[in-house]
Order: sequence, then C-alpha cells, then structure tokens
Amino acid sequence: MGRLCILGVRGRTAWCTLLLLLCCSGGDCESETRTPGPTDIQGVKPFHNEPQPQPFPEEEKANMPVFTMDYSRIQVPFEFTLWVLLASFAKIGFHIYHKITIWIPESCLLICIGLIVGGIMHSVKEKPPAVLSSDVFFLYMLPPIVLDSGYFMPTRPFFENVGTVLWYAVVGSLWNSVGIGMSLFAICQIEAFGVQDINLQENLLFASIISAVDPVAALCVFEDISVNEQIYIVIFGEGLFNDAVTVVLYNMFSYVADIPAVESVDVFLGVARFCVVSLGGLLFGVLFGIVAAFTTRFTHNSRQIEPLFVFMYSYLAYLVAELFAISSVLSIITCAITMKYYVEENVSQRSCTTIRHVVKVLASISETLIFFFLGVVTITTEHEWNWAYILFTLLFAFIWRGLGILVLTQIINPFRTIPFSFKDQFGLAYSGLRGAVCFALVFTLPDTINRRKLFVTASIAIIFFTVFIQGISIRPIVEYMNIRRSNNEKYNINMEIHSRTMEHIVSGIEDLCGQWSHYYWKDKFKKFNDRILRRILLRDSRAESSIVSLYKKLELQSAIEMLDTPMGDLSAAPSVVSLHDEMKEASRPKKKFPTADVRNMHNILAKNMYKIRQKTLAYTNKYKLPDESRTREILIRRHSSIRRSLRASSFRDPLSENIPKSQRYYSLQPGSDLESAFALRRRSHGRSLMKVEFLKQDIVMFSYIMGVFCPGAGGSSTRSAIPLSPIKERSPGPAPHRTPTVQQSEDEEGAMPHGWQPEDPQGNTVSRNPLLR
Amino acid sequence: MGSRASTLLREEEIEEIKKETGFSHSQITRLYSRFTSLDKGENGTLSREDFQRIPELAINPLGDRIINAFFPEGEDQVNFRGFMRTLAHFRPIEDNEKNKNAAPSEPLNSRTNKLLFAFRLYDLDRDDKISRDELLQVLRMMVGVNISDEQLGSIADRTIQEADTNGDNSISFNEFMKVLEKVDVEQKMSIRFLH
Repeated sequence: MGRLCILGVRGRTAWCTLLLLLCCSGGDCESETRTPGPTDIQGVKPFHNEPQPQPFPEEEKANMPVFTMDYSRIQVPFEFTLWVLLASFAKIGFHIYHKITIWIPESCLLICIGLIVGGIMHSVKEKPPAVLSSDVFFLYMLPPIVLDSGYFMPTRPFFENVGTVLWYAVVGSLWNSVGIGMSLFAICQIEAFGVQDINLQENLLFASIISAVDPVAALCVFEDISVNEQIYIVIFGEGLFNDAVTVVLYNMFSYVADIPAVESVDVFLGVARFCVVSLGGLLFGVLFGIVAAFTTRFTHNSRQIEPLFVFMYSYLAYLVAELFAISSVLSIITCAITMKYYVEENVSQRSCTTIRHVVKVLASISETLIFFFLGVVTITTEHEWNWAYILFTLLFAFIWRGLGILVLTQIINPFRTIPFSFKDQFGLAYSGLRGAVCFALVFTLPDTINRRKLFVTASIAIIFFTVFIQGISIRPIVEYMNIRRSNNEKYNINMEIHSRTMEHIVSGIEDLCGQWSHYYWKDKFKKFNDRILRRILLRDSRAESSIVSLYKKLELQSAIEMLDTPMGDLSAAPSVVSLHDEMKEASRPKKKFPTADVRNMHNILAKNMYKIRQKTLAYTNKYKLPDESRTREILIRRHSSIRRSLRASSFRDPLSENIPKSQRYYSLQPGSDLESAFALRRRSHGRSLMKVEFLKQDIVMFSYIMGVFCPGAGGSSTRSAIPLSPIKERSPGPAPHRTPTVQQSEDEEGAMPHGWQPEDPQGNTVSRNPLLR
Repeated sequence: MGSRASTLLREEEIEEIKKETGFSHSQITRLYSRFTSLDKGENGTLSREDFQRIPELAINPLGDRIINAFFPEGEDQVNFRGFMRTLAHFRPIEDNEKNKNAAPSEPLNSRTNKLLFAFRLYDLDRDDKISRDELLQVLRMMVGVNISDEQLGSIADRTIQEADTNGDNSISFNEFMKVLEKVDVEQKMSIRFLH
C-alpha cells in the first residue's frame, strides 16, 4: 500500500505535468492553422518564416536565436505519444498492486483514467483532440486488435468447436440485433417516451452496434476459476467473430437506414450481401496468408525483415478487403491463422518472438487508446439523456442475450459431444460485456442520423454498465456457483499429492482420447497439408515427430537459464538419491514433523506442483504473451530422462548392475532398448534420422556448455550427471563408449557417489569436448 | 468418418467390448475412430510411439507413465480391446450401476479399480508397494525446478509416514486406499464424455 502511495504521488506529479502540457497544446490546437508558430516568442527564426524575402538585410540586426520553440510542428505526434505514455503509466500503476487487477478488469481501470483526464480537460474548458474519426478508427486502431486476437487464437480447440462458435457468433449476433432493434422500435411507438422519430432502420442499426460483445474481462475471470473449458473457446471465438458480424451488419444497416423504404428485395439482397462479405473476407484472408507463408520461405538470408512480412501482409489483407467493402476483420483473422502455422516454422526463433511481442504491443496500444477516448469523450461531449430509451436498451440487451443463449444452446446441444449445462449457459450469457468496438462504431455514426447524440449516450451507458457492474460482479458470481463441497476439509499431504496426480492422469487421458470427434476432416486436412502445402510453403518440409518439433522450439539459452537456478536440478530421477542415501534410509529413525513444517510442505506443494494443462489458458489472457516456461521445463526434463534411460539400458555395460533398482525405473520399462525409445524417430522416416542427429547435436552442445559453465573435476562433491552422448550414435554399439559425464554443480553437501560411471578422468577430458573431435 | 471405422469393427466385437467395459455403442465407435487415427502403421495395434506422437501427452508431467499404463506387462503393442479396457477405468460411475454387476468381477470403473490405476502409476516394479524412491520419482516429475531435493525428500518422508500403518516404510495398496478415503475418487478419475 505504501508503495502505491509513493507511486501515486510521483505518478500524480507526472500526470499533472503531462496534463498541463496537453492543455497548453490543446488550447492552441483548436485554432491551429499552418501559421508558423507563435510570433510573440522572441527570437523566432526570421529567415524561414518570412513570406516575402527581403532584398536587403534589415537595419536592425536580428540576434541569433539561442532558444526557440516550435510546438506546432511536433504537435500531433507529441500528443499521441503523451496519450500512449499516460495510458501505459496507468497500466503500470495497476499491476503494481495485484489485488486490484483480480477484482477489477483492466478495461474498467482504463475507462476510469480516461474519465479523470476528461474531467480535467472539461474543467479547463478544452475540447478533446478530434482524432477519433471513422477512418482513424477503422484503418488504424481496429486492425491491431483484431490481428492480436487472430494470431493468438488456439487453432486446435477452435477448429474442433468451429460449428458452435460460428453458431453463437453469427446467429447469436443476428438474434440480438434484430431482437433488440424490434423491441426498441416497439418502445419508440409509445408516445410518452418522446422518441417516436427513430424509425426501424435506425433502431436496427443501433441494435447491431450494441450487440457486439467483448469478452476480455470474462476470460480473465474464467481463467482463474475452473469453468468448463469449452466455454473459453466459445466466448473467445464469439467475441472475435462478433466483431466481424457486427461490422457487416453495421454497414448493411447504415446503408439501409439511408433509403426511405425497405422492400423485400432489399432483405434478400441483404442476405446475399452478407454471404458475399463473409465468404469474400475468408477467401482474401487465406490468399494473403498463403502468399505470406510463401514469402517467408525465402527469407533465411535476410532475417531482420522477417517480422515485417507478417504485419505488412495482414495489413494488406485488411486494406484490400476494405477496398472491396467486404469483411476486413474476417480477412485479417483468416490471414493471421493461415499464416501463423507456416511462418512460425520458417522464420528464426528471434523473429518469432519479435512478431509475437509486437503484435501484443500494438494491440495493447490500440485498445488502451480506445478506452481512454471513451472516458474522455464521456465527459466532454454533450449528451442527450432519455431515461426510457436508455433503460429499455439495457433491459433488452440483457434479456435478449440471455434468451438467445438459452435458445441457441438448446438447439445446438444435441450436436455437441459435451453439452452445455445451465451453469455454462449462465456463464456465457453473463459474460456479454460490451467494449471498444461498440464505442467506436457508435461514435462514427454519420450525422445524418438525427438522434445521434442519444445513441452515443445510450451506448456509452451500456458500455459503462456492462464493463463496470457485470465485469466486477462476474467473479464473485462464478465463484459462488463453483463452490466446492469439501472446502474446509483438512487435506493431508497425501491427499494433495495424489489428487494432483489423478488430475494429471485424467488430463492426459482426455488428451489421449481427443475429446472432440470429426477426425475424418482433420486427417484429410492433415494429409493435404503434408503432401502439398508444406512442400510449397515451408522451406524445410521434412515431416517431424511432434516431440522433435516441440523441442526445436526451445531455446538453448532458456534451458541454460533454467539450469542456473540455485536449486535447479533437471533430473527427474532420484539420481541424487543414490545408493548411499538408500542405505542410510533403512536405519533412519522416524522423523517427527512439527506442524510448521507440515504447513510449509503444503505451501511448497501448492506453489510448485504443476497445474494441469489448461488447453486454452495460454491464449485467453489477452494482455500477456502465452507462458511457455512450464512446457519447456517438462520437455527438457523429459528429454534428459529419455536420454538417460537410453544410456542405462542400451549399452549394457557391467556397471549397469550397480545402478540401483530405483534409477532404472524411469520412463521406460526395464529391458526396453534404444529401438523402442527412439523408434519414433528412426522408423518413420529415413530423413528423421538426421533429425535425431540434429537433436543430439543440441544435447551435446547443451551438455558441453554446461560443462563449460560448471567445470567439474573428479566428482568429490555432489554432482548429478547428464550423460554426454558421443556424436556417432547411429548404431547402438556397446561398451567401447565410455559415457563421460558432465558435472553440474549443486548446492548440496555430502559426497554422493555416482551410480552411473566410475570416475574416468582421461575419458572425461577426451570426450568433454565433443566438438573438438 | 463413421463408415470407414465401423466396417473394420465387427458387431460382435462391439458387443463384447460393451459387456466388458460398459461403454455404449456410439462411444465405442467414436473411440475406435480415434484409435485408428492414432494408428499410423495401420496394423490394428498401437505402439508407444503412436502415443508419444500426441503432443499434449509430451507436455504432461506424467505422460510417459500414462502411456505405460496402456501396455500390459512386457508387451509393446496394444490392440483395441486393451485400449478400451484401460479407458474403461475412467468411465463415470453411474448410480444405478453400483449394485448391478455385469461381470462376475468388479466392473472396471469401480472405485477400487480407479485407485488401482493410480497406484500402478507410482508402483512401476509391480511389487504392490510404493517405496520412497518411486514416490520421489513421481514427485520430482510433478514439481518445478525450484524445490531442492532435501525438501522433496522430506515431503516424501512425510507422505509415507502419514500413510504407512505397518511400518515397512512404503505404501501398500490398502494403505493407499485408506489414506484417500475422503477424496472423491469417483469424480476425480472420471471423464465426462466417456459417459
């Protein structure tokens, strides 16, 4: 709390300074023309600004300007930067105090900041910079947000649920728009409310705007609480395609709103247009995605510009779609999805990281700015408040969404493998918050609509209501619904450990069964992919086993980082629990564990045991990049375990007798040999053998680097071994390979002899440098 | 999708599997199509590599052990019957099944059998005891890198101490069952869609 105060003070001073600057600039910007700067400041450069050059120098010599100021020149970029900085400070401020972000979604906080700034501006009688026009929004602000959603979409769960997602997105939006529009129109007929002049088209237009759902806040809540995972992907996908559908409907209805009367032909044409728009968007997206993937096939010599292609092509997809007035949102999303798979295989690891970071940054800026504007505009525009209309809007939005979800779910549940329960449906309905797109669309309504101000007010009202009230209350409600029975049971350590084991088991079996069906199409696509697409679009199209390709994505640096942690021991086997220990154990008296210790243990376990894999979790946290550190840990460890068990079982040296029973049971059954463990890489393709080599090179280098960092001598202190493989390992030749060990230092005491190999200094020095072979 | 799968799976086989495991007809066909899609060699059996090809299992901490559980002692291939037999452990227990006994022995998805599955995951050498080492192995797989071996060792010791009633410093199956009697195993070790 203290830290927040300090930051608050410093933050406030900083903000005040910024605001003052803003206001000063704001004051000038209204009357800003291209005049070259205020003329009352001394020392203005006379020579640049003179309209007519004087033939003779003036009598009075003008002094050389020592200090000049020309604000107008930098004004626009300066203000933009200040806005963005301000919003970013706000974000930093929130995250310093964690508890806030748990209870209040970030969108709320951003709007609040916007309100504060708007309040200040209003009191100083300034107008907000008129930057938010339709073009600016649609051409500059919306693409990054949509690109972010598309790029980080979890494709596998998405495609497995694509029917459901599209059903909710498309049909749901239509249902909402038409329902709300009609009911509002019905309300408008009532004379008492004074809104009779809004005709049906305008109502429909307005309804289509406010049915755009922005699920970010809901997803943030759901990721902490275990809700049915399917809900994640449905909400995510719905939010995404909702944007597309809304924009399409908006364009359609705004066109329709202009014409005086609607005929049935128009309805027909409307439907046709909808199809053209959406399918066209998809087509363009796929096209550009393929071209982008193809381009990256050739970039291996010019790695620096690789990220550029991703952005340029997706933006191009967006703009070309805008050119033909088809759904640009769909276009950019499909472009991102198509492109991602192939591009990430073609580009270097660094480019990959860069792309991801930049996508997130751009999206973050856009969204922040939009919410900011929302706050500012709320205070500084004139509102037209009409109690009836606005209240009914809120009511109908709620009702229609709830009804819509109910009805749609009933229809689609029979087709689903896992039907949605009522709890799920409630979660879906309640998470319909409105956000940025809604605001921007309403703000850019043309002035021909005579009740524009009312619409703006109404949509701001609904955004505020949903974001604040629904956003803040969704967490307690979901928690309440999910309350577990045995909350206060005293868990003993056994229960904690074994429960987690069982959870992992179940998660694994679920993955194994593949919850969702339709393998036929997936297989077909995979075959098509392998045979044709990969050949064309990938530079290096050898089919890889999944483990190898996963491992390739690990960076060596992060592996080393992990090893460098003080207590880090990558070995998943009790290699440090050696013979020595085992002998001691039998004679060890029963330890007494004081309760403090036990509590400690509970804490340690709770913090450090891996949670079960949330399939969509990594992607649904919109403000952060997917977190892969856990995956890396498990993979590295697994890899070294496979390597180690290979060593132990395949070489059959006499020393393996000495390996205690415990160390042999690793991940393979005793007696399994090199073949079965590596068969996946050997048997399938001849070429994959090269992959194995590559992999081994990695491991070799990996171990070598470790050897360099942590040089070890004989083995007098405790070390754990990661066996170094000699490079030529094609044939499982026996004994002549002395497996040298690379020592890794640890912070433990006591001499523990190795079960692996006796010390062999000569062998060590020779093979510790495999690369010098 | 449906037609391709069911031509290779005869009706009487489906009936047998149904009797043995309790799955319904549609589930068996669905799981059969999953089985065939995993079976890259198309010889009607799955080997370990086929399982390892599933990327999600690779990043499951207990992935290898789970794969192991499918293969009976010493074998390297598992056919569809074996596959279904293992999966049957995860079928949710229905209330009306608690008294009905299709087979003379306990149904595969009884509470005892579910616990036995978990127990076997720890107990690799099949001596019906979870020794301290086996426990440590599994623990090490399940925690991150920030725990020292000493801490892990004491956690393992405490675990054994809590469960062990006959003083042999290892956990037998009965002790395992007893210490987990308050845990809702039926719900934890069930997969919804296998219902």
